[in-house]
Amino acid sequence: MDNLVERFLNGERRALARIISRVEDGSAEGREYVRQLFPHSGKAHIIGVTGGAGAGKSTLTGALAGEYRKRGKTVGIVAVDPSSPFSHGAILGDRIRMQDLALDPGVYMRSMASRGALGGLAPSIEGVVAMLDAFGFDYVIIETVGAGQDEVEVAGMALTTVLVNNPGTGDDIQAMKAGIIEIADVLVVNKADHPGSDVLVSQLQALLSLAPPGQRRPKIVKTTAVKGEGLEVLADAIEEHREWLTSSGTLHDCRKEDAEHQVLTIARQILVERIQRSTPEVELQKLVERVAARELDPHTAAEQLAAAARE
Amino acid sequence: MTAPATTKKIRVLIAKPGLDGHDRGAKVVARALRDGGCEVIYTGIRQTPQMIAEAALQEDVDVVGLSILSGAHLELFPRVVEELKSRGIDDVLLFCGGIIPEEDTKALEQLGFSAIFRPGTNTQDIVKFVYEHVQK
Repeated sequence: MDNLVERFLNGERRALARIISRVEDGSAEGREYVRQLFPHSGKAHIIGVTGGAGAGKSTLTGALAGEYRKRGKTVGIVAVDPSSPFSHGAILGDRIRMQDLALDPGVYMRSMASRGALGGLAPSIEGVVAMLDAFGFDYVIIETVGAGQDEVEVAGMALTTVLVNNPGTGDDIQAMKAGIIEIADVLVVNKADHPGSDVLVSQLQALLSLAPPGQRRPKIVKTTAVKGEGLEVLADAIEEHREWLTSSGTLHDCRKEDAEHQVLTIARQILVERIQRSTPEVELQKLVERVAARELDPHTAAEQLAAAARE
Repeated sequence: MTAPATTKKIRVLIAKPGLDGHDRGAKVVARALRDGGCEVIYTGIRQTPQMIAEAALQEDVDVVGLSILSGAHLELFPRVVEELKSRGIDDVLLFCGGIIPEEDTKALEQLGFSAIFRPGTNTQDIVKFVYEHVQK
């Protein structure tokens, strides 16, 4: 192993960038970096920013980071864009909306491709976020792929989840459906200078009033991120949620849930690799062929694979 | 079919230094590389040499491709290379494209550019060039 860990701990950004690449590729080297640096994480406040494609997530993320810089805080950003399901390539364009931060030494921004992961994130994102946290940023912002109604994974990792909505994108029944709206700790109505933003705010308020008593109600914040409007209120709303996490004792539960999710995800990955090692590709293809021909059911086939992988 | 989580991908920064706002060429190249399986970071128009070098550092790219049509390449490209070096980045593959006269080829090669792609280039040649020159 090289001296990257030492350089990382000395605050060298190039070492951070290199280590993130190794972690992102899921290599054995990357796992070793996580092993060594994970103990340094757990201090940053992790914020998830999610919402539909074109809702203004990147612009809002950039503007929010700018607000934190005004408050003297440092920010690490990881922004996920989709990989092509065909070529596995990706265009990562989130930096375009964050130009104001390009040369700020208190901000580090990293683009990630989703690499086939579901749920609006990327396969190794937990590790990458832990590295940004360990590097010492006060805030780490995760910006998801443009999410639809059901991409809720980010809420498991983020301590505060911000859901970005826009006026004119559906009636109140859309918002009443289960799924993404339930994960929001702060609701943002972005592009608030567009017509219909007040209507959306009152629809969201009406919706929140239907929640069972005793449940914490997310704050609704109007922003116009391109003009830098509403960011102070948003940062305050996030701070308020952060304080509530601590005072209500929820913070510990959040961290535990995230830890459980991470451990199980990695364990699953290890088991898949074990199966791949114990069953040669030719054997696997034969098995799959039999399932396709309906000679075998998928459960029996999977049990055979799992049994072969037992060590 | 999903890509395995453990695949190393080639990361490419496509950047436009200077003041010309014509980014169709840059977008065509970015798209071709995406379809060739690369992860392409595109930062938009009007980037300063510092912004390009800083993006290359933060994104830990393997390749930097510069697109320029203003004629200021001999002004701006040396400054990009200088900014990269000052950040300790001396191992990325550099290429460029745009309106670049033949007589400037030598100067750009000396700066460290491994290829110059001019109008009329087949985009597949650019993809091939990247795959052949990036050491994994």
